[in-house]
Amino acid sequence: MRKIMEGSHAVAEAVRLIRPGVISAYPITPQTHIVERLAEMVADGDLDADYITVESEFSALSACLGASAAGSRVYSATTSQGLAFMFEVLFNVAGMRQPVVMSIVNRALGAPLSIWNDHQDSVSCRDSGWFQLYAEDAQESMDLHFLAYRVAEDHDVLLPGFVCFDGFILSHTYEPVDMPTQEEIDAYLPPFVPVNVLDAKNPISMGMYATPDYYTEFRYDIDRAMDRAKDLLVTAGRELGESIGRDYSGLVEEYRLEDADTAFVAMGSLCGTVKDAIDEMRDSGIKAGLLKIRSYRPFPRAEIAKALSGVSRVAVLEKNVSLGSAMKGAVGPEVKDALWGSGIDVFSYVLGLGGRDVRKKDIAAINALSIAGKGDMFYGLREELI
Amino acid sequence: MVDKSLELFDCGHRACGGCGPALAARLIMKGAGANTIVVASTGCMEVFSTPYPETAWKTPWIHSLFQNAAAVASGVEASLKKQGRDEKVVAICGDGATFDIGMLCISGAFERGHDITYICYDNEAYMNTGIQRSGATPYDASTTTSPAGRNSLGNSRPKKDLPRILAAHGAPYVATASVSYPNDLMQKVERAVNTPGPCYIQIHTPCSTGWGFEGSKTIEMGKLAIQTGLWVNFEMVDGEVVKAKKVVRKPVEEYLKVQKRFRHLFRPQPNTEEIAKIQAIADKNAERYGIDIKQKPQE
Repeated sequence: MRKIMEGSHAVAEAVRLIRPGVISAYPITPQTHIVERLAEMVADGDLDADYITVESEFSALSACLGASAAGSRVYSATTSQGLAFMFEVLFNVAGMRQPVVMSIVNRALGAPLSIWNDHQDSVSCRDSGWFQLYAEDAQESMDLHFLAYRVAEDHDVLLPGFVCFDGFILSHTYEPVDMPTQEEIDAYLPPFVPVNVLDAKNPISMGMYATPDYYTEFRYDIDRAMDRAKDLLVTAGRELGESIGRDYSGLVEEYRLEDADTAFVAMGSLCGTVKDAIDEMRDSGIKAGLLKIRSYRPFPRAEIAKALSGVSRVAVLEKNVSLGSAMKGAVGPEVKDALWGSGIDVFSYVLGLGGRDVRKKDIAAINALSIAGKGDMFYGLREELI
Repeated sequence: MVDKSLELFDCGHRACGGCGPALAARLIMKGAGANTIVVASTGCMEVFSTPYPETAWKTPWIHSLFQNAAAVASGVEASLKKQGRDEKVVAICGDGATFDIGMLCISGAFERGHDITYICYDNEAYMNTGIQRSGATPYDASTTTSPAGRNSLGNSRPKKDLPRILAAHGAPYVATASVSYPNDLMQKVERAVNTPGPCYIQIHTPCSTGWGFEGSKTIEMGKLAIQTGLWVNFEMVDGEVVKAKKVVRKPVEEYLKVQKRFRHLFRPQPNTEEIAKIQAIADKNAERYGIDIKQKPQE
């Protein structure tokens, strides 16, 4: 069924179809429309979940951990400062291998305080052991939740995951969204079957401490699970396509890359703008293309190397900044690593921070900068403020 | 009825000899029973009972972080409720995890009214990290971050009154107990886990290493705390004190002088002014909880 929906409401509908047993969330802009809609669904009996209105994001994720360990499918949503407040729990949930799925409505981190969009929040959680998927539009924001639960709860993975989508740009705008049926989602996503569960009939201890004799192998196991998640994202993404008619088997997605000189690399809603800019550039004879990264963790190194093997240069568009780093953006160095030895130039451009608009002409300007060999920089600085 | 023969906290753990919290764990589990899920905070008890791959716990047990046991317990309880399961959820956490760093999560869990029992094993400082002061450290106790010195008489603040703070959240049952009175402790735990809603029990667990006394004197130390009025065993139902253990009180010196953490109050000679302040704390406790047994005048 096709409907015009706000992005946040599309995500809330996805959560309803996913049937979590326990929801635990704390309100924060721009995540609020999701948790408000879910509360309405529970209040109206449209969603049979226990909804814990916690006193903080820290408790939101801690309660999800407890509920997951007791055997429930759980859901939470947050952004920015809320995600930062969860930071300690993030590592814990991953280390305890609880398949918690959380929507991250991407927003900048203070100071200065900013409620507007960039990717600093989720990118800063890169090494926490959660897989991270980035959506381009409302439809993908919805669909990636189905995929995320399917992968997280698979017994070969058992890892938590983020579904990231851009604050305001996607969360507060209306788009046509095709809604899967409950039957389709029930068939795609069977009820959660935990491997280890808190149960008085079969007592186990969870979350014990590890000495140096054991700690490293626990971390290694998470990394192996991340590798298996990469494979499963492909197969489960394909199966999702067979179920609902939209294929998500690609960890990356190519747009007009086949004969491109300049390849842009981006994540999230920015990809839509870049595609339009590429169309215009192509119309005026500039051969540009886009590689959209859907899965930032696990990082699709081989897929990126393959997709970009024929281009002359790569411009990585980064809505984050790794302060004090050589390339400025956090994604660029990994793309560069994927292309190591190829002779292809890779540059990072930090842009769109704290909600600053990125326009088609910015993409064209960055193409020119990359041709001139200028990169690894903040793009579009207001010189009069510096 | 408490089954005193039930052993759900096993031997072979790594606590110090004479550890008050280890004894508390054993007694708590006798009171709670086998149909219990334990949620732990980081701290002494977590460390001495669960070095991977060994565990002392014979019921389901989960530890996440230092400060989030009340929130994890909230999630466990919500999940059990949703699944129609009947296990009791008992959080067991130290005083640092409870009085200080975990207050946010505890306040939230109690305000929301989860059906959990939160138990604080109160050894009156951060013992696991090396005896630093907490909000539960008593007045004038010398710890590694409130050391007695030329310009210091030890911890400069009185103990936070957490039972009343949690009673003010609307907790239906709040109690204090001591490992030195095991029957009372077990009965209070049994009552708490069978009372719907968030209940709180604070257990005095003397720490020989942190307080500075022989490991064989743990029970004696707990009794002296009660007998001097510096610890009161009481029960609160719906915010009202309904019961408190009465004693023929001894002077506070008898409790203070046998512990290294108060040694500075007696050297080079007794600091009568400071000891009088601690006596005043005991007197206030006695008046507040009505614990004094009136002795008949001597003939």
